[in-house]
Amino acid sequence: MDWLDILLPVGIFAGLGLVFGVLLAIASKVFFVKTEESVAAITEVLPGANCGGCGYAGCAQLAQAIADGKAPVTACNAGGPDTAKKIAEILGVEVGEMPTRMRAQVMCSGTDDYAKQKYIYAGVQDCIAAAKLGGGDRVCPNGCTGLGTCVKACKFEAISVVNGVAVVDYKKCEGCGACVNACPKHIIKLIPYNSEHWVGCMSVDKGPVTRKYCDVGCIACKICEKACPEQAITVNDFKASIDYAKCIGCGICVEKCPRHIIWSAEVQNNSLIITRVKKDKEQSE
Amino acid sequence: MSFTDILLMMFGAILIENFIFSKFYGCCPFLGVSDKPANALGMGMAVTFVISLSCAVTWAVYTFLLEPFGLDYLRTIAFILVIAALVQFIEMFLRKFVPALYNSLGIYLPLITTNCAVLSSTLLIIENNYNFIESVCFGFAAGLGFTLAIVVFAGVRARLETAHPPRAFRGFPITLVAAGLLAMAFSAFSGVSFG
Repeated sequence: MDWLDILLPVGIFAGLGLVFGVLLAIASKVFFVKTEESVAAITEVLPGANCGGCGYAGCAQLAQAIADGKAPVTACNAGGPDTAKKIAEILGVEVGEMPTRMRAQVMCSGTDDYAKQKYIYAGVQDCIAAAKLGGGDRVCPNGCTGLGTCVKACKFEAISVVNGVAVVDYKKCEGCGACVNACPKHIIKLIPYNSEHWVGCMSVDKGPVTRKYCDVGCIACKICEKACPEQAITVNDFKASIDYAKCIGCGICVEKCPRHIIWSAEVQNNSLIITRVKKDKEQSE
Repeated sequence: MSFTDILLMMFGAILIENFIFSKFYGCCPFLGVSDKPANALGMGMAVTFVISLSCAVTWAVYTFLLEPFGLDYLRTIAFILVIAALVQFIEMFLRKFVPALYNSLGIYLPLITTNCAVLSSTLLIIENNYNFIESVCFGFAAGLGFTLAIVVFAGVRARLETAHPPRAFRGFPITLVAAGLLAMAFSAFSGVSFG
């Protein structure tokens, strides 16, 4: 056994390693990219879901924008006040006024039991594709298609389709608004988290037309508008909508609505309990 | 080896002996980065670049360093060293000059280090006794074959996104089935011969 047989390979490999090491060290100087510490630190405290709710491509891009001063520290809806506070600490600035916490709400009550179908859809399982085929399988032009494009868009797995209508789980919803942009029917809205009442219908057809295709569509009877003591409800384009800033949560509209489509939410034990007064017929079932 | 021979060798490396579909090298990035055609193309280019470059460098290392000293039994380790250093270098290069591609490749760029398509092409070159020109051409063709496979498959996956297969097949299983079918299509090239 010759010593050279061992020393030579060791020497050559050490030499190779050294050459590559030196080359890489030089390259790292030549190709040096300055990354600001604050960007890395902000990226760290952001949720990292890359939901896109802030309008930037992902959390890393938002971090860059915040560090550059192009976006406010409160830009992340999903992270909420805690994240804003941490980012403000990193940058050494004041948080300022926090935007209200929002949640996504599907403004449609027309489940399979209530909303009539136009045809049986058997194509690509995607709302956008279905919407292109005669506006979807529901007769209502503003009804939930129920094929789950918003489910796929949600990075927090907060949405599921129940009985043909998308339902948001408020324990998981971060109010990022990704589903709002994804819905081809534009029937998902961001509303303040504490909103006590909202109208679960986006139909803009006249009353008799709506009545034909959906048992729970807004017929623009204006009863709620007249009943509201705070003038928080207005009926425009044959659909009622609630001004959440004016609503005091008295619940009169909920009682008065003949179609029972004004929903209520109540905070109980830190979780949101959502209810809808149902028709007598349904209650007996 | 004449120019025609090199062209034929490259054609063989791209279609007949496609790294992914006939040898099953480099399946990790093939399945991991093929979700969007643009990313797939970027990954393919990066792999092509790394393979071509590492083929050139490993050929030199083998011919001038390992072979004269009778160390060809250590070639696998030496090549891994070379490839790892090269990938590091390319990562820095992309980060500086093509940050968009750097971001979209993400974790898969460092993973090229351990991509067996790269290592196997450098080892095949030694096995086939290629000279320098042939080595670089073979590496480039192997990379092109990888790019072709991954881009075609990204197109297939774009269609799979909106399909509704049975529940048990959703996600990864149907992707693997599609990859198998595509590999079968490519196996048709194995009947091509140059007489």
